[in-house]
Amino acid sequence: MDFEDALDQFDPALGLEVHVELNTATKMFCGCANAFGAEPNTNTCPVCLGLPGSLPNINGKAVESAIRLGLALNCQIAPYSRMARKNYFYPDMTKNFQTSQYDEPICHDGYVDVEVDGETFRVEIERAHMEEDAGKSTHAGSTGRLQGSEYSLLDYNRAGVPLIEIVTKPVIGAGAKAPQVASAYVAHLRELVKALGISEARMERGNLRCDANVSIAPKGSHALGTRTETKNVNSLRSIERAVRFEIERQADVLADGGSVVQETRHFDESSGTTSPGRPKSDADDYRYFAEPDLLPIAPSPEWIEELRATLPEPPAERRARLQEAWGFTDIDFRSIVAAGALDLVDATVAAGAKPAHARKWWVSELARRANEAGVELDALAITPAQVAGVQRLVDEGVVTDKLARDVIDGVLAGEGEPQEVVEARGLVVVSDTGALSAAVDKVIEANPDVAEKIRGGKVQAAGALIGQIMKEMKGQADAAKVRELILEKLA
Amino acid sequence: MLHTLSASELGRMIAAGETTSVEVTRVFLDRIQQYNDTLNAFLHVDREGALEVAAAVDARLAAGEQLGPLAGVPIGVKDNFCTTDQPTTCGSRMLEGWVPPYDSTVVARLREAGLVIVGKTNMDEFAMGSSTETSAFGPTRNPWDTDRIPGGSGGGSAAAVAAHLVPIALGSDTGGSIRQPAAVTGTVGIKPTYGGVSRYGVVAMASSLDQPGPCARTAEDAALLHQVIGGYDPMDATSLHLDVDGLAEAARATSLEGLRVGIVEEFTGEGFEEGVQARFDEAVALLEELGATVTRVSCPAFHYSMAAYYLIQPAELSSNLARFDGMRYGLRSGDDGTRSAEEVMSASRGDGFGKEAKRRIIIGTYALSAGYADQYYGQAQKVRTLIARDFEAAFEQCDVLISPTTTTVAFRFGERSEDPVAMYMSDLCTTPSNLAGNASASFPIGLSEGLPVGLQVIAPVGEDVRLYRVGGAIEHALEARWGGALLEQAPELKQKGA
Repeated sequence: MDFEDALDQFDPALGLEVHVELNTATKMFCGCANAFGAEPNTNTCPVCLGLPGSLPNINGKAVESAIRLGLALNCQIAPYSRMARKNYFYPDMTKNFQTSQYDEPICHDGYVDVEVDGETFRVEIERAHMEEDAGKSTHAGSTGRLQGSEYSLLDYNRAGVPLIEIVTKPVIGAGAKAPQVASAYVAHLRELVKALGISEARMERGNLRCDANVSIAPKGSHALGTRTETKNVNSLRSIERAVRFEIERQADVLADGGSVVQETRHFDESSGTTSPGRPKSDADDYRYFAEPDLLPIAPSPEWIEELRATLPEPPAERRARLQEAWGFTDIDFRSIVAAGALDLVDATVAAGAKPAHARKWWVSELARRANEAGVELDALAITPAQVAGVQRLVDEGVVTDKLARDVIDGVLAGEGEPQEVVEARGLVVVSDTGALSAAVDKVIEANPDVAEKIRGGKVQAAGALIGQIMKEMKGQADAAKVRELILEKLA
Repeated sequence: MLHTLSASELGRMIAAGETTSVEVTRVFLDRIQQYNDTLNAFLHVDREGALEVAAAVDARLAAGEQLGPLAGVPIGVKDNFCTTDQPTTCGSRMLEGWVPPYDSTVVARLREAGLVIVGKTNMDEFAMGSSTETSAFGPTRNPWDTDRIPGGSGGGSAAAVAAHLVPIALGSDTGGSIRQPAAVTGTVGIKPTYGGVSRYGVVAMASSLDQPGPCARTAEDAALLHQVIGGYDPMDATSLHLDVDGLAEAARATSLEGLRVGIVEEFTGEGFEEGVQARFDEAVALLEELGATVTRVSCPAFHYSMAAYYLIQPAELSSNLARFDGMRYGLRSGDDGTRSAEEVMSASRGDGFGKEAKRRIIIGTYALSAGYADQYYGQAQKVRTLIARDFEAAFEQCDVLISPTTTTVAFRFGERSEDPVAMYMSDLCTTPSNLAGNASASFPIGLSEGLPVGLQVIAPVGEDVRLYRVGGAIEHALEARWGGALLEQAPELKQKGA
């Protein structure tokens, strides 16, 4: 059944679980570095390896991050909460229990408003709780899953990395916009945790991971159907596609008189489909109990207020403020947000560039390069201040717009500041009238008929000469100046 | 006869140059060599390592360094404390041969203070038991009667101290594992206030109940050891900032003038062996002679202590023991290249754990299961609160509470091993202090039919010093009465095969 037909017959409901990996210097319960990309099993100690006798100690910075995120999500902060053990056996779990939170989460009952095509949807937050990550398993074999693999490699560098899991209440009433609401919500969270500075929020690195619960119920029934949980959908686009696919798939199942199986499902990026994982039912029993090795978390009201004072401007308000200050149309402004360039443009403007120039560089030129390199925009080796510097060189007539791209190449290649690149690469616009004048004379001489037309008043014919002169000057001439010289000589 | 001297006296002599740590250590190592086959108190002995440490201490002292009062004194360490230079097996096949890559905080403090760790002592598997009969490496025998149990789980440490194989030892007490062995071997055992001695590096049984503590022959030795191992540890989030200075001083008390003592009514009379009750009654009279006023107090929730304890303890241990799965360390079974990780985990746990460990893992898993957790684990936690309230009320009227440590003297091997409930009743009097977290101790008060009887002394949270005052005062009075230490009345140990 296609999406439109499915929506004619059914109402979708979403439940989103997002894991945010915190960027604290150390892990959740020990002093090991919380770092991505280290040699496997080097950031480990008796605590995160769960060795017999070891004991956890809670990372105060992680608690602080959880409270700040909770406040930013309009949550209540529990005056008393506890860590709990979630008991299950898995080789990447060093203690065979995950230290998490259960019935006493640190943050609960909040909401965020997300916008889809100008329409605002309120997503209610049930809870945001702290927990530790597991180690990373790499299963050798065709499927990449544990079942049927030949062997598995385990890297415990990630074991004990602090996470916050944010769980929504059922999101209903989004109708056909459900897939977009899901991705807009995750985009919103990504923006929020970045603004809070508590996570690198790189979905491709798993800093932000989304499990999407989807169910459908007959239209107008106001009931919740049986849900499936699609695990680890790791890009905004995939979230949208996965939700959309599940709605269609479940509609097919129900339309054929079948029933949806409660299970976890895997999303396949290449086909855009989901496939069954393990059956999940209420029979899953994690035997939660309060972690006896850790004290309850009891943040004082004073501390919570201190943290509230450190919150950044809410993203929606900030966007509205910047759009107005910069004077962009909705379309132009959204292109910045969509490119993930808001902070970069903001910083570039702060460094002295005009908003239109800052937008131009980041949204077109630099976004293209990031895309080619397959990295996030902010991972490019150029700072907002350098981009503003490039634009300043253009404004001052030192380089042309075209040469500015070469300057950017140089900066990205690590050749130094924009001014240094200009000097090293000899990219300065030739404003020495003598050399320019000679080149103009040479081209006029070589094109007597064009020169005649210009003398006769056909000024637009100058374009043909400018091109050749620029070529002669290897691009290092100011086109306006060249034009001025031609017209002067052929007056 | 160096081996009969107290740890404090040995420490003094070593510091004064009247003997050396090497000489003292050798004496004890020789005794271990002589009698360990009979007793099976030690699972591992590090003769060379111990003599090296002893020599190093002697060198430091010779160089004029000032070390603590127990520097150079040999010590036995229960086999659930992580040691980087000796295996740490917890009495289980699961960890046979496992040498931890890190030292427990307590062991690090022993090394820092110049104590000489001669070996690791036997225990019930993962500290589950009251007799050492669940040790995968065979039971320890009681030096008073080698057909009888030395108590448990810390029977190895208690027997080693009672038989003068070491002057002092380390134990850990979850429901009585230091105090009950002390009672049945005629030694001193202290369970400090929960959080008073770091649990970091002590292989956990039940995290909210476990508490490391000293085993010794005298109150003062226990206090000196407590002073070495106690105090705040940032590696243990449940560690407390408790002052441990002054414990040894308290143990030198000779009078109990002004002390208000309460007899726990629930732990006296019916169900207690006649000889045990008689020694206890005499101890009460002695306390009064020493100047204490003795009253009776009722702690009605203590009736439910065993039931609550035998839910909370298995629940926590079922989770704590989950990590033993053969994946990273310890025994791995069934890994023939064809089986899944889950099957290997299952096979390893099946082979590695003994019967009692499995029993408790099953009970604990059940007690935490959805649909049962509230009625079992949740209810037990409520009882725990009631027990703590009973203690609070009692300590408004009394400075310390007392009871016999156990209902009987040491029982014979096999007597309770087929009846878990009978075995669990060995901890009847000791579990309330673990559930409430307060300090508690057992001191020898005489014999019944030739076997030792212990007096349990219980103090409020953080008031461990009171245990030493009471223990020290009765010890001095009783030794004057007996004309020497109780252990001098123990029958002579025989060497195996002799």
